[in-house]
Amino acid sequence: MALLSRLRARREPIGPLDYYRKLWLRLIMIGTLIFLYGPISTLIAFSFNDSRRNIVWRGFTLKYYEKALENDELIEAFTNSLTIAFFTTIVSVILAALAAYVLWRFRFPFKAAYEGAVALPIVIPEICMGVAMMAFFARIGWPSDLPWPLSLSQITIAHIAFSFPFAAIVIRARLESFNRELGESARDLGASEARVFWDIVVPHMKPGLIAGALLSFTLSLDDFVITFFTAGPNTVTFPVKVYSMVRFSVTPEVNAASTILIGLTLVLTAIALRLQNRNNMNMQA
Amino acid sequence: MADMQDPIIRIENICKTYPGGVQAVDNVSLNVDRGEFFALLGPSGCGKTTLLRMMAGFEIPTRGTLLIDGQNMADVQPNKRPVNMVFQSYAVFPHMSVAQNVGYGLKIEGRPKKEIAERVQEALDLVKLGHLGGRMPDELSGGQRQRVALARALIKRPSVLLLDEPLSALDAKLREAMQIELVRLQKTVGITFVIVTHDQDEALSMANRIAVMEQGVVKQIAGPAELYESPNCRFVADFIGKINLFDGQAKANGNGKTLVETPVLGKVEFGGDANGPVSLGVRPEKVRVSREKPSGNLLAAQGPVTDIAYYGGYSKVFVDIGAKEPVLADITNAERSMGPGFENGEKLWVSWRAEDTLVLTS
Repeated sequence: MALLSRLRARREPIGPLDYYRKLWLRLIMIGTLIFLYGPISTLIAFSFNDSRRNIVWRGFTLKYYEKALENDELIEAFTNSLTIAFFTTIVSVILAALAAYVLWRFRFPFKAAYEGAVALPIVIPEICMGVAMMAFFARIGWPSDLPWPLSLSQITIAHIAFSFPFAAIVIRARLESFNRELGESARDLGASEARVFWDIVVPHMKPGLIAGALLSFTLSLDDFVITFFTAGPNTVTFPVKVYSMVRFSVTPEVNAASTILIGLTLVLTAIALRLQNRNNMNMQA
Repeated sequence: MADMQDPIIRIENICKTYPGGVQAVDNVSLNVDRGEFFALLGPSGCGKTTLLRMMAGFEIPTRGTLLIDGQNMADVQPNKRPVNMVFQSYAVFPHMSVAQNVGYGLKIEGRPKKEIAERVQEALDLVKLGHLGGRMPDELSGGQRQRVALARALIKRPSVLLLDEPLSALDAKLREAMQIELVRLQKTVGITFVIVTHDQDEALSMANRIAVMEQGVVKQIAGPAELYESPNCRFVADFIGKINLFDGQAKANGNGKTLVETPVLGKVEFGGDANGPVSLGVRPEKVRVSREKPSGNLLAAQGPVTDIAYYGGYSKVFVDIGAKEPVLADITNAERSMGPGFENGEKLWVSWRAEDTLVLTS
């Protein structure tokens, strides 16, 4: 009976607003999904492929994961990337929060120019940023033989420079929804400007801080161009390492390493979204 | 310590000009007495909120002095003033529980936890939210949130509580209940309340004294009855309640009497000395409507009924006697079978006593 009624429902004519039942829309949706996730799923699938070449499926194996994990250079590059991303995230979120707060809270001469200057690195081509960074560090004679993790300082500084504007924009947007009466109210109850910032403004900024942190982290983790120009021979990051491996041949080992990276990013994103959701629920007042 | 007889707030010649030249407050002087329920009333943009925010310290006066409890507030930051404020949006901190919100001011003062907990409970009981301390603000209704804001401001035992349009976000029924509640609260705690409102009913029903403002200027400061019965200018007469106004010319006759001539009401004699253009005003509930010509010492005119509006307890009858606008008369429906009984177009007499007439010179 249920099947019959469902069949009958299927045969109902498509109404003018039933777009989702139209064939062309479904095709576009499927096409988009394939376009977005086809390459990635292939990459993940072939990381389990028991073959040296990435062309024909020859059975399931985890040996390339083992191989990737045993590859000391790859692990070192991975550690470098995570370290850089970690410090980049912390510094750029702090800088971004301060910049966003200043831009939101105060009025001062040339504010628009300052705001534009903060956001400009977003549109500057990465290749230019990379070359500029390299020239800059060479010009000031930044030491290249520092011990780890200080040896990563060049890359980290470059990463902070290009990722903090993204975080600043996200946090600034979040601040727009702040009810100024909340700050005034805290002030009225005896709080100093600094306490208002910590007790009232920062809790409101939190979803923006989390989103900004996630952005900075992923931007830093997968950056190739700027890193390539600022990296020394002893400071190889994961994307740079993968590039050099691919130059010889695309082995399933690269696939395995990339899959681990994708997994890591997904987990981090999920955590961030969870935190943000919980925050939003508290914020709806 | 300032003398207890001194006003709690003394404002002298205060001006506020915003960058861009907007004069929000123009040479305002007023006193608020201790223990008073004082209202700043006026249409939006009249400067009443700016004046309140200057008391709280969120706006700096361009000129003039502001004394609270005898102390000049010129260099006192908002967090150091002996006043607390209830904001229009209530500004309840969304990430803190009700108890944390209410206790925030005491936490900043660095009071011991035990004292904070006790006083929070006390303050919540005062606003009848004693059982909701653990709730988050998003679990509260608008009225409850406002009570949180009230408790949070009162817990600091300020000399003055400032309220910025506290009832405007509530629905009509709740607003009426809250008006009574606020008056009760003010009597209980004995703290001076200064409330900003654009709602005349709110001001009339709650305040001991009201300052009516227009375009940055205080037009009149008086008690509710005086404000309603003896407004000192057309603006106040028109803003507080409804009024019928008739333009006329006044001429003082030298022995304490003034003859006012209006096109529709003829010549009427009043006490006082006035010359030049004046307005005669009468409140709608003081106007009587009749089919026969009334007798006695009355101002009267005849004309057709243009509109009758039934409001349940009373009806509004509009009679066109040839003035700029039809005369409005409020007729109470005191008996069940009564109703106005008049019809549109019917020619009626409107009349009122000379002593119920206001002579407004400005």
